[in-house]
Amino acid sequence: MPDAVATPTQQSSGDDPERGAVVLEMRGISKRYPGVVANDGIDLEVRAGEIHALLGENGAGKSTLMNILYGLAVPDEGEILLDGTPVEIDGPNDAIRRGISMVHQHFMLVPVLSVAENILLGDEPMANPILLDRKSASRRIRELGASFGWELDPATTVGSLSVGWQQRVEILKALYRKARVLVLDEPTASLTPQETREIFEVLRRLRSEGYAIIFISHKLYEVLEVADRITVIRRGRVVGSRVPSETTEDDLAELMVGREVQLTVDRGESHPGEPLLTVSGLRVQDDRGRDVVHDVGFDVRAGEIFGMAGVAGNGQDELVESLLGLRSVSAGTVTLDGRRVTGASPRRLHQLGVGFVPADRHRYGVVLSFPLTDNLCLNDYYHAPYARGMVRDQDAIGRYANDLIGQYDVRTPSAAVTAGALSGGNQQKVVVAREFDGELRLLVLDQPTRGLDVGSIEFIHRQAIAKRDAGVAILLVSAELDEVLELSDRIGVMYRGRIVQVLDARLTNREEVGLLMATGGREPEAAREAAS
Amino acid sequence: MSEGPVTTETLRKEHPPQASAPEGASRRLPPLRRAFRTLLLPAGAIVLALLVGAAIMIVSSPLVDGDINPMLPLTAYSALVAGSLGSFNAIVNTLVQATPLILAGLAVGIGFKAGLFNIGAQGQFLMGALAAAAVGIATAGLPPILAIPLSVLAGVFAGMAYGFVPGFLKAFTGAHEVVTTIMLNYVAIQIVAYVASGPLRGENASFARTETITTAALPVIAGREGHIGIFFAAIAVPIIAWLLFRSTLGFEIRTVGANPDAARYAGMRPRALIILTMSIAGLLAGLAGATEILGQVGHMPAAYATSVGFDAIAVALLGRAHPVGILFAGLLFGAMRAGAGLMQIQAGIPVQMVNVLQAVILFFLAAELIVRYLFRVRAGGAGVQEMQTITRSYGEQVAK
Repeated sequence: MPDAVATPTQQSSGDDPERGAVVLEMRGISKRYPGVVANDGIDLEVRAGEIHALLGENGAGKSTLMNILYGLAVPDEGEILLDGTPVEIDGPNDAIRRGISMVHQHFMLVPVLSVAENILLGDEPMANPILLDRKSASRRIRELGASFGWELDPATTVGSLSVGWQQRVEILKALYRKARVLVLDEPTASLTPQETREIFEVLRRLRSEGYAIIFISHKLYEVLEVADRITVIRRGRVVGSRVPSETTEDDLAELMVGREVQLTVDRGESHPGEPLLTVSGLRVQDDRGRDVVHDVGFDVRAGEIFGMAGVAGNGQDELVESLLGLRSVSAGTVTLDGRRVTGASPRRLHQLGVGFVPADRHRYGVVLSFPLTDNLCLNDYYHAPYARGMVRDQDAIGRYANDLIGQYDVRTPSAAVTAGALSGGNQQKVVVAREFDGELRLLVLDQPTRGLDVGSIEFIHRQAIAKRDAGVAILLVSAELDEVLELSDRIGVMYRGRIVQVLDARLTNREEVGLLMATGGREPEAAREAAS
Repeated sequence: MSEGPVTTETLRKEHPPQASAPEGASRRLPPLRRAFRTLLLPAGAIVLALLVGAAIMIVSSPLVDGDINPMLPLTAYSALVAGSLGSFNAIVNTLVQATPLILAGLAVGIGFKAGLFNIGAQGQFLMGALAAAAVGIATAGLPPILAIPLSVLAGVFAGMAYGFVPGFLKAFTGAHEVVTTIMLNYVAIQIVAYVASGPLRGENASFARTETITTAALPVIAGREGHIGIFFAAIAVPIIAWLLFRSTLGFEIRTVGANPDAARYAGMRPRALIILTMSIAGLLAGLAGATEILGQVGHMPAAYATSVGFDAIAVALLGRAHPVGILFAGLLFGAMRAGAGLMQIQAGIPVQMVNVLQAVILFFLAAELIVRYLFRVRAGGAGVQEMQTITRSYGEQVAK
């Protein structure tokens, strides 16, 4: 009975005069799915005027807990109290009516609709039984935005807004519906450092106005910066509660993972050799035929990690796809090891020793419905020893798969399990195992740790460093600035389809790279002008 | 998962890593229980269809017996069983009826495996039938040992060519195979009508049809009509199963079907595979048509009333696109066709009742949530891919 033990400690957790009354309390929440206990007697208490961080790895039970709060899932045990009164939340509409709003990691906005329309969606104010009352709604939205100092035209189409502004629309939507408890699920996942700082300002502002804010994240330094209290969840249980002033990143990481974690990779000196990958004058178009990569040139040397930083959507995806033979090149050359490989097929590149860990592993990385055996030989299925002529050798495939599963520590009951049954971290390990194995010359890592937990990130970073030290050229593309800074030897910053600058990783910092990512190196004003 | 289906869907969409855990638990079942779970859905659909069929019979029993007869379904179903399995001849007839359904079912099923919805089995079947008949008539002077293989091969090639066309169009222009194959079905009907009532019209025939096929007719080796075409189906099932699950080509076909982007990155060529898969599908449907004409009908009617190519979709869905599943689904539908006559004689239920049963089975397969709810089957396991293929949007682009 976990709740019997936990409840009294919650009560005694101090009546800080700074903070307001307890708005939301979740007591002894348990939720079991067949074979998995997602939540096991979780207690959570959020006060008015506090930012309460919920910290935990993927699969720790954060999302389940929030789904229960939002009425998307029914808890097996436990109760939810709003202002001290037990409530049963019957779906998202009920949650919103009770003042609970959620800003999802992937925004729930309709890109083709206007800001006002998005905010009104689901709760349309009627002028009369037939017509929408757009006018007064627009006025209220404008006022609400202005109270934050945002000049937001309610008639703007959401699709034309930057990610940071879209997030503000999500927050306005919550406030418009008179939310008192605001849940933000990984709100900084796709923001630049500058945008992150701005959103933190907004959160602090909301806190001072008495909102109760639940901030879900797995970025430790952000949690330490913005939260008043931190609740750490591991395997469905609350494993600790902390106040930022009395904890450290290492402490939180250990709580989260359950063992000591090395947060920064011990990467040692790199010893770069000759350029292995040379790209010059590369032009690439997107699916709609627009030029999205303009005249890009860079090289990656053997034994170095070249980081490509940039806000998502600045041409990185198309650049990577063109390097891997997945997208055609309109101009320019790519050479690998002195050999011209412009427009070479994926198979040819694989034969030349190119490995690729894709950003979207469900798209390029794994076939979810296939067993691990098939996924692990997805590139090599056609030749010996995995096939003789047209006949696949199941034994050889199985032996190879078991070998890789052991070597790369894929946690799975067997090699016959489908990839879809594994956690995200283990799926990524399958991709890494397949792509890192064999004679490698070049590795392209496209957001290799997106959405992964601390333990898996640590593992993948170590493997990458090991390959670097073995003389492989590594191109790391990531919107995760910390990852780029931590692993790279040199950093190229991509902005609107161009590499605006290449920096020595030892001589730069978050601020410099972040600014380049956001503005392309021009004065911020000039960039904003160009953007509008 | 106590919440309704909508909630579970939402959960899964928004939080894939976490929601995959409960699903994952069900996929880690031992193979026997997994097989059981896979079979539960089709079996549930069949049981429900029989119950719905029984209800229809009871409601309409006054038309047969003059009064409500609650026992009518029992009479009808036992006649159905007796007519399909009750004697040696009944069993042979079941096999004969099942043969084209299995072959054409494989043609639809292999399409599903490649992520293609081949509605064109009907057209491929008709073209195979017509070509087999034409060559069968032309080779009337040759001994059977030559006439039969030539006619069968003609049917196979005609079907293959007719499958190649939509495959080619899909690969190089992006034309959706559902649209092109439906249109090609009409083209095939018109070609058959023209050829069998025009250039190849038999002189002494009382209605528009070709001459009777003589030396190319498939020899009967069992019972009244158990022709050797039965073996075509019996051989095709293991060959297609081997191709799909043991060969590199099958691996490529399945990968393209399951994840075209991953297939492209893995160095496979989706375009070539789409064309090849549609050609193989056409080959199988064409073989079905040739078998039916050379073994059963004996000539090519200008207005050939058949629905084998469409029934094949039901067979492939019931068999979950797996060759062995298609074998059993084809046998079931074949048995119902074989027993329908006796059912009409003994219970007064028209043979069309079989079509109703088939339609209701298909309905419950499509509306699988109903079956899941009634039989407490959880999501997961194999077989959802076919439905995804059917419901996938038409606007999708072929992988470059």
